[in-house]
Amino acid sequence: MVDQPVIVIGAGPAGTRAAQRLVQAGLRPVVIDENDRQGGQIYRRQPENFRRPAEKLYGTEAAKATALHTDFETLRPHIDYRPGTTVWGVSETGLMTVRASTVDVVPFSRVIIAAGATDRIMPVPGWTTPGTYSLGAAQIALKAQACAIGGRPVFMGTGPLLYLVAWQYLRAGATPAAVLDTSSLTTRLRGLRGMASRARVVANGVRYMADLARAGVKLHAGITPLAIESSNSHVSAVTWRDTKGALRQVACDAVGMGYGLRSETQLADLLKCEFMFDPCFQQWRPHVDRNGRTTRPDVYLAGDGALLRGADAAEAAGQLAACAVLHDTGHTIDQHETAGLHETLAVMNRFGRGLAQAFPWPAHLAASLPDDTVVCRCENITAGEIRRAAGELDAPEMNRAKALTRPGMGRCQGRMCGLAAAEILAAAREVPVREVGRLRTAAPIKPLPLNCTVKS
Amino acid sequence: MPALFRRVAEKDRKTIHLFVDGHEIEAREGDTLLVALLTRTDRLRHNEFDASPRAGFCLMGACQDCWVWTEAGEQLRACSTTAQSGMRITTTEVPWLINR
Ligand code: FES
Repeated sequence: MVDQPVIVIGAGPAGTRAAQRLVQAGLRPVVIDENDRQGGQIYRRQPENFRRPAEKLYGTEAAKATALHTDFETLRPHIDYRPGTTVWGVSETGLMTVRASTVDVVPFSRVIIAAGATDRIMPVPGWTTPGTYSLGAAQIALKAQACAIGGRPVFMGTGPLLYLVAWQYLRAGATPAAVLDTSSLTTRLRGLRGMASRARVVANGVRYMADLARAGVKLHAGITPLAIESSNSHVSAVTWRDTKGALRQVACDAVGMGYGLRSETQLADLLKCEFMFDPCFQQWRPHVDRNGRTTRPDVYLAGDGALLRGADAAEAAGQLAACAVLHDTGHTIDQHETAGLHETLAVMNRFGRGLAQAFPWPAHLAASLPDDTVVCRCENITAGEIRRAAGELDAPEMNRAKALTRPGMGRCQGRMCGLAAAEILAAAREVPVREVGRLRTAAPIKPLPLNCTVKS
Repeated sequence: MPALFRRVAEKDRKTIHLFVDGHEIEAREGDTLLVALLTRTDRLRHNEFDASPRAGFCLMGACQDCWVWTEAGEQLRACSTTAQSGMRITTTEVPWLINR
């Protein structure tokens, strides 16, 4: 096994910095990237024939984005880069990948998973109506394709991304009809102490809100989402309840929604890493030490796929995971390097916890979703069916509920509905959400093309 | 059908042509299939279980709610596939290929 390469999965901030550190130590890692171009989601690149400058795409983060992209280009001759390639499974000899329709097995000595995160979604009646997107999707449309999801979108959910995306739409000329945040102003103040550790980031957020307000965009706090309305199968309005309990509605032609992030943890699960319930983010995640080591000696994690701390933390965590790999394979690592990274990450940890407190996952909404609300958008499994699994069919945890009434059985494997389905199950059984467990991962973690051929 | 997406910049890219359900459409070089379609229309596909119209959701290859097919039966995620000149796409799975 000595000659097997180290694999880095993901080429966002964490994956890029991990690969860079490995190259510095003289290794030639394999970097597997699901996207066609390096950058991950946050620093996602536009297609090569697009012309907008970095400032336009990444705003205050332009310098970091550019540094990450140019550093990666420098790395290219020293790594085995495999863009457009998805890791979908694990075999005894390595990771199963697919590129277009060619399947391959890639053996490894160690693997650093930097798989990132997707939006955390709380369903709402009407959310499968065309014109409804995740917040991340609304941002990708703008950043990577120079498109707005509509001319007058509503952004609904909670978290810093809500205001960033709304602000980016304002600047692009698609003025938001409203920003609806489930977090109240008092709740946000409570998280401020932890967030104060990164004053610049807070200041940016405040600026986005101020710019939006100045442009006449209404920012509503402490709302309860009720429905995405439609006419002719197209988003026409959002209905919500305000803090005083009054029914409100705003007309719009698109909705971007999201309640923070959820880590992509399927690969760690397939690799049999142990999981733990993270009380701060209210979700299950693989167990990692502060260097990114999992409970399996050859598997390491970095970035939002391990701990939801954002892009700056991901860069540090990527480098740190690479240091851990190097240390564990007999290289000497300067203590100052790891100490410095730990220090950086301690600030990010405080900040991340502050954010989670200021913009909490609105778990309570799950209990009041009407029975006919679609939760699983793959197979149209409703909240009522999950409650039937909880009650009449007596499913004590998610995998049993999935077997009985299919939430999370669809082809997205519960990426969109899993966390909300768990909340519905837990609420119906009147137990804390950790007690209903998490959906077990099954390969392929993303659907494979029907006509796959195995690489010879 | 009104378009769902609107272009806000990068409008002077080269025009390409592809076929969707047999009709020729115009797109721009660098468009994803999802953008090529949704800048002209308001849906990508229909859900297999209740036939409701869908237009993708995550744009990052996670939700799988943007599948379209080539006329040869190859399934594609519209959000993560670049539109190519001359591509022939169908928004419903070609019936004679379903039960292979
Ligand atoms: S829109 Fe979600 S996978 Fe394409």
